[in-house]
Formats: sequence, C-alpha cells, structure tokens
Amino acid sequence: MKKLTEIRWHGRGGQGAKTAALLLAEVAFNTGKHVQGFPEYGPERMGAPITAYDRISSNEIRVHSNIYEPDYVAVVDDTLLHAVDVTKGLKEDGAILINTEKDKSEILPLLNGYKGKVYLINARKVCMKTLGKYFPNTPMLAGMVKISGVMEEESFLEEMKTSLQHKFARKPEVLEGNMQALKQAFSEVELCH
Amino acid sequence: MPVTTRISGNEAVAHAIRQINPDVMPAFPITPSTEIPQFVASMISNGEIDTEFIPVESEHSSMSATMGASAAGARALTATSSCGLALMWEMLYVSASSRLPIVMAVVNRGLTGPLNINAEHSDSMGARDSGWIQIYAENNQEAYDNFLQAYRIAEHKDVRLPVMICQDGFITSHAMENITLWDDEPIKQFVGEYEPEHYLLKEDESMAVGPYAVSGYCMEAKKAQAEAMKNAKKVILEVAKEFEAITGQKYGFFEEYQLEDADYAVVAIGSVCGTAKDAIDALRKKGIKAGLLKIRVFRPFPAEQIAQALKNCKAVAIMDRSEGYSGNGGPVGAEVMAALYRAHVQAEAVNIVYGLSGRDVRVEDMMEVYANLEKLAKGELTITEYPYIGLRK
Repeated sequence: MKKLTEIRWHGRGGQGAKTAALLLAEVAFNTGKHVQGFPEYGPERMGAPITAYDRISSNEIRVHSNIYEPDYVAVVDDTLLHAVDVTKGLKEDGAILINTEKDKSEILPLLNGYKGKVYLINARKVCMKTLGKYFPNTPMLAGMVKISGVMEEESFLEEMKTSLQHKFARKPEVLEGNMQALKQAFSEVELCH
Repeated sequence: MPVTTRISGNEAVAHAIRQINPDVMPAFPITPSTEIPQFVASMISNGEIDTEFIPVESEHSSMSATMGASAAGARALTATSSCGLALMWEMLYVSASSRLPIVMAVVNRGLTGPLNINAEHSDSMGARDSGWIQIYAENNQEAYDNFLQAYRIAEHKDVRLPVMICQDGFITSHAMENITLWDDEPIKQFVGEYEPEHYLLKEDESMAVGPYAVSGYCMEAKKAQAEAMKNAKKVILEVAKEFEAITGQKYGFFEEYQLEDADYAVVAIGSVCGTAKDAIDALRKKGIKAGLLKIRVFRPFPAEQIAQALKNCKAVAIMDRSEGYSGNGGPVGAEVMAALYRAHVQAEAVNIVYGLSGRDVRVEDMMEVYANLEKLAKGELTITEYPYIGLRK
C-alpha cells in the first residue's frame, strides 16, 4: 500500500456515510495507521447529499483540508449520480464503488467518462439477506476495504468483530448479521469497468 | 503507559474533563461544542466522574451558573461555541473581573450571519478583550493537552483568571485522528486538588463577589486584573514545562516550525497550521525558506516574543480566520503588526483573511501565500489592503 490513501464518501443524510468513514478510519487505525476521518457539514437534514472523508497513512497526517483528488470514492446512494459530480478529481488509477440495484449499462453513462475502475455492489440484497433491514453503510465499508486494499480482508473482519462487539455490547444478537453482511459484501462487489 | 488511540477533538476535551473530574459543569448545547457536555453527561451517568451537571436554559445562564459555582469555591467549567459565547458576553467580563478560575472549552464557529455552523474565530476573537486567557489548538492532541494545563494556569495565585481552551469547529472537533492519551494518575497529580483561598462558602470569612466599586477604587481593580494577565505569561510557561516533564510534549506561547532561518513566515492560529506545515515541507525541498509561527496563547499576547521570532524574516503573512470589520484587517493582524512595529522589525507584513465560515484551505492555497510573500519581499508585488484567500471570484 502506498504512503497516503485518500477516500471520499458520498451519501444522503441518514444513510450512514459519515459513520462508514469513521469506522474505516477506526479499523485502519487498529492496523497501525495514522488516520483522519471527518464529515463535511452543511445544513444537516435527512436525505440531503453529504460528503465524508478518510485519510489513511503510514506517516503523521497534519493537513486539515477536504479531499479534492481522492484515490477512491464511495457512492452510498445511486440517485446521487444525477445530483453530484461523484468522479470529480478522482484519480484515474483509483476506483469508484457504487451501491446500486441497477445494471452497469444504466450506471456507467452517469460517470462523466471516468476512465478508472468502476465497482458496483447491491448493498440492499446483502442487507436484506443478512440483516433483514437496509443499512447500506455496512456492506459499503467492506466494499471499500476490498477495492482500496487499505488492509487485508481477514484483519479487517477481525477488527470489525471486536469493534462491533463493543458497539453492540447490549445487543449481541445483531453481531452475527453484521459480520455476515461484511463477509457477503466482499463477494458481492463486482468490477464492471 | 500512555495509550495511542483515535478520537475527535471534542472527545479529546471530554477525556481531559474525565481525568480532571471537576466539581460543576453547567452547559447549554450549541453546535459544534454540544458533544462535550453530552460526553460529560454520559461519563457522569456511567459513574466515571462525580461532576455536578446543571442543564440550563441559555448560555447567559450557563456562564452565570459556572461563575456561581466557582465563586462558591468549586472547580467549574462549561463549553460553548459561536452565538452561545456571544450570549455570555456580559458574564465573560464579570467572571474575569471577579477573578474566577473557570475553564471553558470553546469550539470555534463563526458568528451569524449569514447563519453558518462552521469553523471561524470570530466568536472567541470578539471576546479577546474580555479578560479571559485564550489558548488555541492545531489538532485534537493540543486541545486535550491545553485543557489539561488550563486549571493550573487559571487557579495560580498570581493569575486567578478564567481560561478559554479553543479549537476549530468540525475541522478538529469532529475529525477522528490519532492521539496519545496520558495515564490518569500522573495527570491527576499534575492538575491537583483545587484549594481556593477565598470563596463564598468559607465558613469563617465573609466576602462579596462582584459588588459595586466607586471610581475611587475601580481603576485599581482593573489595573490589578491587567497585572494578573501579565503574570499569566510566566505561569503558562512554568505549567508547560511541568507538563513536558510528565508527557514529553513541548508547549510555549507559540510553536515555531522551520522559522529559525525562514525568509518568509506565516503567522496563524489553529488547524490551518498543519496545512501550512505540509506546504513548508514542499517549499523547503525546492530551497525556499518558508516558516510558520503558530500562535497558541493569544491572551496574554506574547508581543515581544513574537516580534523577536520574526525579526530576521523578509516578509510575513499574518492570517486571520475572522474579519475585523475595522476596514483595516483582522485582530491577529492588528496585534502582530503592532508588535513588529514596537520592536522595530523591518519585515514586509501583510494581513490575510481566510477560512471564514469553514471555507476550506488547501496546501496549494498556503503555497500561494508563500509565493506572494516572496514577490512582496522582492518588490514585485504591492499589497495595500488586506487580501482574502479562497474567495469566489
């Protein structure tokens, strides 16, 4: 992995894009990295487009600005493709991960001719099978780990288990579903461009 | 053993509060500082600390209640931002002149309007002449370390003044970053128990706090308060030295980054300084002698020391994250320029306004500031007013 990886998350308020960005920073920290995970705040409301960011580095991170030329982009909601220029500044040797139930033929024309890798994931399918509820950020988190390679799948799952055990200390019954969602997400991510 | 972890700036301040376990915290929520009283309330309900939390109906009340607690003899604190700080205005002056050693976590956010929730220094800069000590942070680590040092400064018998511990709203308050947290025991020993000499609940001593003073005595009280602010300079450095002995972290009035031999220097406060450091490293690789003076302590203002540190620079940019509406720049610019003049420092100096209402500042923006300083020093550029950076054209 290179020295500094920069990731931008696009979501809608309430979908957990910020939480996913913070969780990614947290697990990356646990594998010994320097991290920054932060949201860009506007007038917060459910459903409005929001952006969050991750910096993951082997060195100390001092810069405090948003990320304009990300290595990777995650789009938690495919309706954003009509509203936000999600590939803006995205490096061509990087990749974008989009949560969608649609076919790639409907998605690719919306990416402004982005030449890098495009990955799709059907997070709803993963969620309904494993959680019975739609929390797209859980599969998206695993998907981002897979496409960015910021850590090994195995150590990611181990870290997530510890983190979720802590987080859901009073609701241990949801642990298994979340772990299944993360695992299935790894195989659900599909390279389509 | 100190532990390295990853938390936000607000969590970092809450952790400091947990380690100090103060007596009383009245607070009223306002973005982006709301999380601090939230975390404290959780720590109280989890039995981690036994601070008395007082939910109040406004910031005027939170500062009033904090003052009441402090005057009674308790170690008291509160937290706020932006309009919350503005609503405390009257009480800021009363608390400072009553010489109450309160500590307040300020999470900097611009004052309205237009209504906005993001980072700007107009809130605490507006309170710069209220008699409070002001200490600023670049990141979560500094916000934490500064808070741990605050009561030692505030409660010192030669000072007895309230302290604001400031950090940039969202940029550090809501960003998860690496941090080192110190062990409880050495920190508790360092902060110590609060044993006030005079306080309202002292049985064998009657006293009044905040009474009327006739003109025949009032001016002397104000002069004594000004002396206390001057004394704070010595105490701030002594406390920093002690803090360094237990943590290894070095703190002073300001941080100098690549400043010793710098031709071109930026003077700034807060999170933008990390971004400036990245720009400096890139410029130094090209042989350009760029440097930074990051102000940590703005009140008391270390005028002589700042002028001394900048005396060999060819050009200096003084950056303000607030508009002074004076028609003449911002407050940091005014203070630093005055310091340079009094010390007969001949460097070209320009005041820059940046980052209002959370306007982002990139490494590239800082590179441009240094490029303009070089032009200014070489006479290729004249700057008559005070420029804005990052402004839409």
